[in-house]
Amino acid sequence: MTILSATGVGVTYRSRNGAVEALSGISLDIAEGEVVVALGASGCGKSTLLGLYAGFAQPTVGQIAVDGVRVTGPGPDRAVVFQDDALMPWLSAQDNVAFGLQLQGIGRAERLAKARELLAQVGLEAFAGHAIQEMSGGMRQRVGLARALAVQPRFLLMDEPLGALDELTRERMQVLLLQLWQGSGKGIFLITHSIEEALFLATELVLMSPRPGRIVRRYRPGFSRRFLAGEPIRAIKGDPQFLAMREELAAAILSEENEHG
Amino acid sequence: MDKPQQGHAWATIGTLALLLALWWVVTASGLVAPLFLPGPGDVALRLVDLAQHGFVGATLLQHAGASLARVGLAMVFAVVTAIPVGMAMGLWTRVNAALDPLIEFYRPVPPLAYLPLIVIWFGIGEVTKVILITLAIFAPLAIATASGVRRVDPDRVRAARSLGASRDQVVWLVIFPSALPDILTGLRIALGVGWSTLVAAELVASTRGLGFMVQSASQMLVTDVVVAGIVVIAGIALVLELGLRWVERRFVGWARG
Repeated sequence: MTILSATGVGVTYRSRNGAVEALSGISLDIAEGEVVVALGASGCGKSTLLGLYAGFAQPTVGQIAVDGVRVTGPGPDRAVVFQDDALMPWLSAQDNVAFGLQLQGIGRAERLAKARELLAQVGLEAFAGHAIQEMSGGMRQRVGLARALAVQPRFLLMDEPLGALDELTRERMQVLLLQLWQGSGKGIFLITHSIEEALFLATELVLMSPRPGRIVRRYRPGFSRRFLAGEPIRAIKGDPQFLAMREELAAAILSEENEHG
Repeated sequence: MDKPQQGHAWATIGTLALLLALWWVVTASGLVAPLFLPGPGDVALRLVDLAQHGFVGATLLQHAGASLARVGLAMVFAVVTAIPVGMAMGLWTRVNAALDPLIEFYRPVPPLAYLPLIVIWFGIGEVTKVILITLAIFAPLAIATASGVRRVDPDRVRAARSLGASRDQVVWLVIFPSALPDILTGLRIALGVGWSTLVAAELVASTRGLGFMVQSASQMLVTDVVVAGIVVIAGIALVLELGLRWVERRFVGWARG
């Protein structure tokens, strides 16, 4: 099993007012087949951490590694899904999904066939030739997800992918994400503001706190496996155990804020 | 991009009709002598005559052709130099630091102010005119390209890199298409600048061209040719503008709204 690991990672920025510690002492492994969710207020360094896993930036101390091999840059084994989709607006939905395959030099016919297959998996087979601007936020996110899946990554790094969506679309996307993840063996690192989303999706949940960004608590909720085993989503999200954990997390976030705000 | 003002066509047509009517009234009533402003009918007749028989040794089509060829040639030179230079300036701050002062130094100088220098260097032939227009087009195009490159959404670049794009692929498959709307807007502005510079350049030293035609007519006090020439110059500018707007809609329509 492949593991994307952060070991003793810290990030310090130099700013006009001196050094600013954005992340401190982060050790967090993302194993294949796991959904690791980082939950925390803005400014807690979640996105910085995701950027390190992706290889967009290097940690000041510590190391990011895939199976012990140091990560020095971005690569298609760790595909990223962005909050504001970051699609190429001049390309159709299918050309966007095929973009990563185009980079690999795969012929147009072959890559578009693959793209349509992936669009079908995210429920957009009817929109393959559509322009991105004609699509809603939820549809764009599904295109972004399909684009990331097209390069067959071992890890999916998702930066608040559902943050801009309305409540109903958001829940549908959570379900879609779990269905795609089920049996894929992929490791997912997902950032969210939503306690409910974090609890529902995570196999491992880490609560992060700002100034400097660090992990303050770790949980292992098992609700996603219960959902995939057939339990209805409403029953899970209304389960007293789910609600109790939600309250516990909300209280934990509040107490962290009081301590450091 | 500018939204077409649907339903307001009557306002545009109204203004034109009013101007035309005013023009006709002041000329037909004898309020303004034909030497200063010939009537619209005379100008229209003169346009037909210019097309058939020409003026100062060339027909209207030949004058317009000479002018368009100069601008076209300059445009080609500017596009193949200014777009790569602008891309480099947008991509690398060091290139920008090296070239930006140079471009910002000559850009605000009216081309006619440095025309005499170019005449001393290259004579009064075609080369001088094409160089002058190329210089006038170069600055706005390079600046628009550089700013378009700088405005590219960094997440788009990150997305491509995480999908495995090489540096060249990021430049040509992400940054260039992202900047294309700005490049085309720059081209549209540059073409306007180029066209006005050209006509001015032809006033100075030429044997053919719309600017030359107007200038010669002015010296001979043939006012109807002057007015007809101005109308043709404006008309061509309008057609070029509309053509580039069509190109924008066709190729970078995704950037609207």
